[in-house]
Amino acid sequence: MAEDTTSKDYWRWTESNWHDPDMDWREGDIISAGVDVGSVSSQTVIMVDGKLYAYSNMRTGSDSPKSAENAMDWALEGTGMTLDDIHYAVGTGYGRVNVPFAKRAITEIACHARGANFMYGPTIKTVLDMGGQDCKAIRVDQKGKVVSFLMNDKCAAGTGRGMEVFADLLGVHITKVGEMSLQVDEEPPMVSSTCVVFAKSEASALLREGWPKEKVLAAYCLAMAHRVVGLLERLGIEEDFAITGGIAKNIGIVSRVEKELGIKALKPSLDTQIAGAIGGALFATALLKKERKKK
Amino acid sequence: MITAGIDVGAKNVKVIIQEDGKILGKGLVLAGLDTQASIKGAVDAALKDADLASDKVEKVFATGAGRKDVPDADDSYTEVGADAAGAIHLYPQARTVIDVGAEEGRAIRVDERGKVVDFAINERCAAGAGAFTEAMARALELPLEELGRLSLTSTKAVPMNAQCAVFAESEVVSLIHAKTEKQDIARAVHDAMATRITSMARRVGVKPDIALIGGVARNPGFVDSLQRDLETEVLIPEDPEYVSAFGAALLAAGLGK
Amino acid sequence: MIANYGYKDGSGEYFISVDTEKCTGCGDCVEACPYGVFEVVEDPMDPLSDDQVAIVTEAERKKIKYTCGPCKPVSDRPPLPCVAACLEHAISHSW
Ligand code: SF4
Ligand code: SF4
Repeated sequence: MAEDTTSKDYWRWTESNWHDPDMDWREGDIISAGVDVGSVSSQTVIMVDGKLYAYSNMRTGSDSPKSAENAMDWALEGTGMTLDDIHYAVGTGYGRVNVPFAKRAITEIACHARGANFMYGPTIKTVLDMGGQDCKAIRVDQKGKVVSFLMNDKCAAGTGRGMEVFADLLGVHITKVGEMSLQVDEEPPMVSSTCVVFAKSEASALLREGWPKEKVLAAYCLAMAHRVVGLLERLGIEEDFAITGGIAKNIGIVSRVEKELGIKALKPSLDTQIAGAIGGALFATALLKKERKKK
Repeated sequence: MITAGIDVGAKNVKVIIQEDGKILGKGLVLAGLDTQASIKGAVDAALKDADLASDKVEKVFATGAGRKDVPDADDSYTEVGADAAGAIHLYPQARTVIDVGAEEGRAIRVDERGKVVDFAINERCAAGAGAFTEAMARALELPLEELGRLSLTSTKAVPMNAQCAVFAESEVVSLIHAKTEKQDIARAVHDAMATRITSMARRVGVKPDIALIGGVARNPGFVDSLQRDLETEVLIPEDPEYVSAFGAALLAAGLGK
Repeated sequence: MIANYGYKDGSGEYFISVDTEKCTGCGDCVEACPYGVFEVVEDPMDPLSDDQVAIVTEAERKKIKYTCGPCKPVSDRPPLPCVAACLEHAISHSW
């Protein structure tokens, strides 16, 4: 898959767009789109008859409607398609109600579940999504329907934001945190406070005691992994299992979550950040079919 | 009998020396990395304030999160017990004691005899304690005292959505960017915090009179918001952060309930 | 579907769970709750169905520990109004 990337490095992902040059969208019956406006990144996915045709992934600006439009424009780039060619668009994510051209807004949990089913296939049962400002655990059935879920967006512990606070404290770039945390001979005891504010004081004390940064990071990544495992346990974990979202790229967290659970997370074939937008586009297809049937 | 109470809190170590219910001396030292040194520092400060030699103190009781760290305490008491003993000694008519410290909030219901009937604790989340206002003051780049004072001049209630100290910091920053007046942000911070404390207090049943103790009682902005939320006045002692240490000292003398 | 609304923070886990298989969308919990925690809407997690279900409002999800506080006195806790009102036993609290 050819990727057009820019050099902007944030949360260890690059802004990108892609479309399938071998597909002729003009022959399609249903052209649908999903637009996921998150707190950190926005994605647009365009599907032709339920098949992935194009996508874009970029940072969210300060203005949600504008971010949605930009992500859409970028997905359309080079395709010859215009917004008017899209029959049905769904908005999702935290800014979902601010997608100007969306016919419907759908919660990110439903879209994420559906998108994970598309990306990983019908055997996917449990999805952990760790974003910049929230953490979601979702159980899905073989059709991608939500069986149970929980979403934690109240507390910064266990989110990208919490990790950012630590990266700042230690003066380590956020993209380096995961690898650095693995550079310890032995796992230290985990940071005992869950609360980011208190964990930060704990870490400062450890630094003053002379702990190297790697060890402090290891202690925090362990705590964070333990915390999200706790969330998952509330729903029960069944394989196949996948981790998505920004923190999925933090090897220090992923490896520790896998270790504590004793299972491996599936490796995705596509960029997991577009899972929500894929789900949105799939719902758009289904909703349009439903609408047509009624007529 | 001369006794001492040592309150080893999350932020400060506080010591009270008392005789027959009267405070002779007090000492406060920031809880540093070396807890023993901080405890010793606070004890020495209190002895100096009381102008006493250490052998005059007949009994020492410890309280606070680090109460097990006091080497030669004769006994230790929970924060709830010490809070109630100290507050009821100061305000015998109080039936509800609210203690808001740096890392914890507590609400305690006492009966006519000053016995603890019920208590609830907000702990391990900075959003429910003084750490929250401290973090917000930092985000606003204001000293904590200023945050409290400013809050009183606000005329507008701005809602705050974040319920986490970390996310609230970002919210404060975006409020600043949105040109919200600083005093209104200050009030929003205290209102949010007061709501959490009130809800905790309602779990034990709020009965007048209400005594407010702990370091956060020194923040007039918080007090104002809390009184508005509780729809009643609260009683605040002169040295609210010492009440728990005072309670421990009273208990050591057999004066507490 | 079991929908868990709420959060886990440093102090504990606070989730209100709604079993959408059991929930009929009757709205009795909406009436019973003194603090407006619930609303009945088309199931947001199943966009292709038109079923009405009870959900915890967006505004309350981050503070239910506090909002539900008065319903949960430390001692002599009465049955929770929302749980008692639901004849289908669709609602449960984790704390
Ligand atoms: S525990 Fe800490 S990080 Fe979590 S909500 Fe509370 S203040 Fe925020
Ligand atoms: S416990 Fe009380 S406040 Fe909470 S949802 Fe139920 S009825 Fe509403």
